[in-house]
Order: sequence, then C-alpha cells, then structure tokens
Amino acid sequence: MSESVELATTNEEWDSSSTLRSLLRNPLACVGLALMLLVLGALVAAIVIGWVSPHAAITGDLRNTRAPVGTAGHLLGTDLAGRDVLLRVIVATRATMFSALLALVVAIGLGVPAGLVAGYYGRWIDLALDWIASLVMSLPALVLLMAIITSLGTSMWITMTSLGAMMAPSVFRLVRSQVIAVRRELYIDAAIVSGLHDARILTRHVLRVVRGPLILMVSLLAAAAVMVQTGLDFIGLGDPSTITWGGMLNEGFAGMSADPYLFAWPGLAMSITIAAFLLVANGTRDALQAHERPETGRRQRSEAHTLEVVSGAGGAEPSVPPEALLAVRNLTVAYPSATGLNDVVRGATLELTRGSTLGLVGESGSGKTQTAFAVLDLLPPNAEVLSGEIWLDGVDLLRLGRKQRERRVREAIAYVPQEPMSNLDPAFTIGYQLTEPLRHRGASRRAARERSAELLRHMGIDSPERVMKAYPHQISGGMAQRVLIAGAVSLEPRILIADEPTTALDVTVQCDILDLLRRLQDEFDMSVLLVTHNLGVVADLCSDVSVMRAGRVVESAPVLDFFARPRHEYSRKLLESVPDENQIRPAYRDADEIDSPAERGLR
Amino acid sequence: MLIAVDHVSLDVRAHETVGLVGESGSGKTTVGRAVLGLAPVASGAIVYDGSPIHHLSRARRRPLASRIQVVFQDPFSSLNPAMCVEDILVEPLLANGVSATEGRARVGRLLDQAGLPANSGRRHVREFSGGQRQRVAIARALALEPELIVCDEPVSALDLSTQDRILQLFIEIQQSTGVAYLFISHDLAVIRQISHRVAVMKQGRLVEFGSCEQVTLRPADAFTEELLLASPVADPLRQRDRRRRRLERSQGSILSHASASMNPGSPNPEEIK
Repeated sequence: MSESVELATTNEEWDSSSTLRSLLRNPLACVGLALMLLVLGALVAAIVIGWVSPHAAITGDLRNTRAPVGTAGHLLGTDLAGRDVLLRVIVATRATMFSALLALVVAIGLGVPAGLVAGYYGRWIDLALDWIASLVMSLPALVLLMAIITSLGTSMWITMTSLGAMMAPSVFRLVRSQVIAVRRELYIDAAIVSGLHDARILTRHVLRVVRGPLILMVSLLAAAAVMVQTGLDFIGLGDPSTITWGGMLNEGFAGMSADPYLFAWPGLAMSITIAAFLLVANGTRDALQAHERPETGRRQRSEAHTLEVVSGAGGAEPSVPPEALLAVRNLTVAYPSATGLNDVVRGATLELTRGSTLGLVGESGSGKTQTAFAVLDLLPPNAEVLSGEIWLDGVDLLRLGRKQRERRVREAIAYVPQEPMSNLDPAFTIGYQLTEPLRHRGASRRAARERSAELLRHMGIDSPERVMKAYPHQISGGMAQRVLIAGAVSLEPRILIADEPTTALDVTVQCDILDLLRRLQDEFDMSVLLVTHNLGVVADLCSDVSVMRAGRVVESAPVLDFFARPRHEYSRKLLESVPDENQIRPAYRDADEIDSPAERGLR
Repeated sequence: MLIAVDHVSLDVRAHETVGLVGESGSGKTTVGRAVLGLAPVASGAIVYDGSPIHHLSRARRRPLASRIQVVFQDPFSSLNPAMCVEDILVEPLLANGVSATEGRARVGRLLDQAGLPANSGRRHVREFSGGQRQRVAIARALALEPELIVCDEPVSALDLSTQDRILQLFIEIQQSTGVAYLFISHDLAVIRQISHRVAVMKQGRLVEFGSCEQVTLRPADAFTEELLLASPVADPLRQRDRRRRRLERSQGSILSHASASMNPGSPNPEEIK
C-alpha cells in the first residue's frame, strides 16, 4: 500500500551487537538481564562452594535450628535441621539450572534438525516427523514424567531427558514452519542455482531466519523446565540427594506451622529465575523485531497537529476557482522517524476540475500515493499533516472535525486500489462484499443484491450471479478489479481516486479496465484522479497531468501539452525513460568483438 | 494435472538474447525455471551445449552452476536480507571451489561490473534501493562467469528510470562478456529493447518465434498483434489511434468467430473471466 521509500544508506549493520544495544534500551529487558546476572552469580557461587566445601550446605547445627532472619552468620536464618538457608538456596541453583539446561539441550537437539529436515525436504519425511511430533505432543507430559520416575527412578538425568524429548515437538513445529516460509523465497532458488549443497543452504540461509524465534522459545522452555523440575521436587518425586528449590519448598511446606518463612526463600529464588528468563525472552523478541521497523525517536512536534491546522491567514480564505471540484494546496505530510519528522509530501498543489481525468505521475517515493491518501482521509494514524488545504466543494477538509471530514469524503469520493486481490476479504463471497456497503446505507438485502448484479453487468461481467456467489480466490485479477470498481461506483461518487489500478494486471486486461473507467466516467459524470507511474496509461486515459517528485508537484499541464512540450527537466527525463518503439535490437550476427567458441544450443 | 508448458520449442544461441514474452499464466516463468532445474520436466528435452540437462539430479547439475545463472524479478526476496553484499557475491564462488581470499578479491570487480560503489561490500542488502539490489543480483549472477543467464522479469518491479538504466546495464554486460540471455518479461517494450529474437507464449503454448524486428513490427500471430496493440504508448494522439484500431480488431474478430464463447482469457478452467 505505501510506496517503497528509498532506504537511507547508513552504515548500520544488523548483527548481534546491535540487537544487544536495542535490548539494553528496553528497561524491562534490563531488569531481566540484571536478574539473570544475579542467577548466574549464584550459579557460579554454587559451583565454587561445591568444590571448596561440598558439605557446607548439608551440615546442620542442631543447636541452632529455626534461627530467624538476620542471625549472625546466617543471613536468612536456618531451617529445621539447622542448615543455613541462604547457602542452600544458592547451592540449589546449580541443580536447577543444570536440569533446565539438560532439558533444553535435548529439546533443541531433537527439534531443530528434525524441523530443518522436515521443512526443507517436505513430502514423506515431513509427514513422518510431523506425525511423530503430534504423537508426542498428545501425551500428557507430567503424568508421563511421573510414570517414568516411578519406574526408572528419580535420577535427574532421566527426568530431564524425558522432559526435553517432550518439549522437542514445540521446537520442531516452530523450526519447521519457519523453514517452510523461507524455502519459498527466491534467494533459496538462487542458492540452488549457484550450486550450493543443501546442508550449506540450511545452515547459512535457513537457520539464520530461525535464530530469532528460536531464542525466544528457548527462554520460554527454560522457564518451563525450571517449573516442571521444581514441581516434581515439590511433590517428592525429585532426587532426594540433591539440594533443589523444589526440595526446599517441600520441606518448608511440611514445616510451615513451625516456621512459615522457610517456604518463602526458595520460592523467591525460583520467581527471580523465571522472571529473568521471561523478561530477557521478551526483550530479545522486541529487539529482533525492532530491526524490521524504523525506530521512532523522540518526535519534534510542530505546532500544527493533524486535526487543527492553523492557517496563518486566519479568517481570510484564499480564493478557489469554482470549477475545481477538488483542489490540494501546499499539502505537507510527514512521518516520525529516528531523526525527527520525515516529509513525504512537501507542499504539493494540484487541481481536479469537474469531468476531467488527472494523472498523478511519479516514481516510487514521490509522494503521489500519500497525497491521494491524504485526500481520501486514509493516512495511517502516525502520519502528520503539517500544512496545506484540501478543498472539496468549497470546503477545506483539513479544517473540519474528524467525523465531518469523514462524512464528506465518503459521500463524494470513492477509491480503487492497486492490488485487487488483497482488497477483497478471502473469507466472504463477492456478493456479500458488494452488498454490505449498500445495506449499510439502508437498502434491503434484495435491493442491494439486484443493484450489485446490475453494476457487475455494467462492468462487462456476463454472469454476475455466478460471480457474486464466488469467493475472491476463484476469480481472476481483472475480474477482481472490475468488482472493486463496481463497489466504488455503487455509491455514486463524484470523484474516483484510482491508485495504480492496472499495474498488477496483464496488459490486455489493463486495456479493458481503462476502457471501462472511461465509459464509467462519462456515464456517472465522475472526475478521476489516477495515480500511476505508467506514462502510456496517462496518454490513454487522462486529460491532465501532474508530475510529482520528492514530495512536490513539479509540473501540471493538459495532457497534449505535457507530452508535446514537457517544461520541467524531470518530466523530460521521465519521457525519455519510456522505451522507444523504434528501439529494436537487430538480429544477432556472430560476434566480432567477442571471441565465440563453438555454437551452443538450447533446445 | 495442470499443464503449464505445452510442447514449447525454442533455442538460444551463444551471445544472443532471446526474449520470452507472455501474460500471466502463459508459462514463460516455468520455462525459465525448467532451464534452471527448478521445475520438473514431464516430457521433451532441454539440451545445453549438446548434452541433455533436464533430468539431472541436484548433484550432477552442480557443475552447470558456472554455466547457467539467474536474475530474478523481485529484488527484495531474491537476496537474503540478513546477509551483507560481499557474502552474497562470494557465496557462489565458495560453492564452486574458489578460495575465500580469491573470492573476496573478485567482489570488487563484480561490484564495478554492476555499477555499484566499491564500498557496498560491507553494507547490508536492506540499505539499498530496488534498483541497487537488482544490481547486486546481477553481480551475483556474473560471479561465476556464466555463458547463459536466465532473467525472470528482472526489471518489472523497478521504477521507469531505473528500469531504463538496468536494461542498459544488461546490454553493456552482454557486449563486454558475451553472455547469452533468456530474457523473460510481460512487457513488450522491454523485450523489444534487449532481445535479438522474440518468442511469444500464450497459455502454455508458443505462438510465435522470430527475429525481434519481425515479431514486433510484422507479427504473424493474432495474439502477438493483440499484445502489441494493448500496450499503451506515451503519446496521446497515437494512443487514441491505436485504441481505435484495437477496438476495430476486436469487433472484427467477434464477427468472424461464430462461437460467442471464444474467450481469450483464463488459463484456469475454474476461473471466471
């Protein structure tokens, strides 16, 4: 819908270091990172304690049981067996993190290769792997884990490996869907044509795309693994010889009447760990997505706001020629960007007189579509109209309140878009989509249907009833465009704004659509604003031309004058770019400048 | 079973451009993809330099990578957005046994051939405009110094002035390296500028194949004539005249065809045109 804007050539490279920078700008993610550091610190401490004094955490001083928080030498007190609580919480980090890591490694080790292979090769291997994944997903994980534990023992290795295997299908599904999306991309085809091996394509191209979502999923799975492990430990199915938070929770729960706070510390530790995972996961996802959108830095808001454009002339209104049905004066539209406001339309001025067809010509980035959208009141919410007037029927639309402006625009102006297929809802029949606006205006269902069928017939469609029963995917592009034009004229507009209506269509269909527009213009007494980059279409349909470049209208002229004597340099340049009919390449004669070996044939 | 390409025969000689023109659903892209080994061949043969290539496995096709290359239509999806330009250009070289150092040395030359600034190597693809990305795609195609490049609508997604420049680039490259093109497009004006010979396809079949001059000035087939008249020219008076001629032709053809259901339209029988 929006024009592809020429990208600024900055030197910013998208790689992991800039993702990290984006991450650090997100306050919640910073909290998550801080918590993560805390947890990792505890982990390191736990490992060190394990080497240095392995029995410290299990040695209890029975003379000092249930010491309260803040006792000398025991920051968080002691538990029912006189063991230091803080020490135990720290030491338990090791078992918890290790078990989460084990589960993750298994999940990724099974899920990623399976997803890559299934997504890339498809067919029977995809079928087989998908079936296995569905089977595993359908099993109740916790119940199965408990069964495994009761039959194979409480070893954390077995438990976590099984959990990893049960988490693998989620990873598989994610990777597979990403791979399928990427496989259709043309750069994969190009890599195949370049002779790359599949393994290389998978690692270099495909895996790159999967990286982002996978990191997110890994964090979530880690959190899940911690919770499952803790839960199992809590209900007594964990390994009793290892210190874990779940085990401590279990003890704390049992001794709750004696000391209610023993329960709190392992719970807090667990919360911190899971919060760390989740916050970092969210932050990473946001940071990765931020690269898809330009950053909106602090905007320097000008005085003029979209709805209240204050004209310097106060009450005195500039005179408007009465024949001009639609006049745009000095319109400026801007969007916020990292460096303030970015003008896409800079003081555009044009006029559409009654009964004429104005071709608004320009290349991508010229602002022609944005100007059309401004007239249609269809600009996105973050667009800012900084100045200008849009006169319709002697009223400046930009000075009206929102509802009033909407009403006037809807009454008088209709719109035909560029891509007919994307403007039809695939879930509803054509008939429904045509009749709905009519019924909204008060017509009965029958009347709306009859009117729509009549319009379709008018568009040159022979069997309108059949078309109305069809869904958008069952009709061709040309047909879809006729339907949209029918929809547009059904409300009997005085102005039709068509945004590149034939660009997506075949050239033979284009002719028919242009003929149709011409006919409709006569019959409905419509004025047409045609946004296009195709000068041939302008020559065919338009009575006047306005050329836009870099947000400004550089030339406006009647069509014959424009093509015969273009005044502006840019207009001349455009006309010169049109391929000349007389530029025909002569047949190839065997080369003089290039040495040609034996003739090669491609039959 | 949908027949996309139905008994099409054409040939491309060394150093020449064969333009393949048709509307959507004509099968022209499928022909291109079949030559590249990306579409399966049900019957018939594709012979390159005397040897059939249509049924080669991926492994046996690999040596062809240095002889047949491709430039696709969409400059935005034909280049991996996560890679920098240098990596994209070096990749086909690495895949064909060139060392990394030698590969990087060649990048400068490729950028120059494609008319890109010398410092483009470290920049990411997402920083470039459509026309510039297409130059990167062309540079990639040239990396292995192929004999034939299949160009699948390479300028269709570009602005008018950019289109002109990129077409000139294609012609220059052909003149300096002697590469042959199978140039696929729906735009006759573009085809006319670059092709030595033109093949016209309609609904999977080849309807005309001849020299550029003959096909575009004195077409033998009615469909070719229809295509020619349908593209509007940037001259209002001439266009008016062409329109009149086109309408006369279509009215004439309605009178001369007895059956009213003679519809030049949909390739898909389910579609309503």
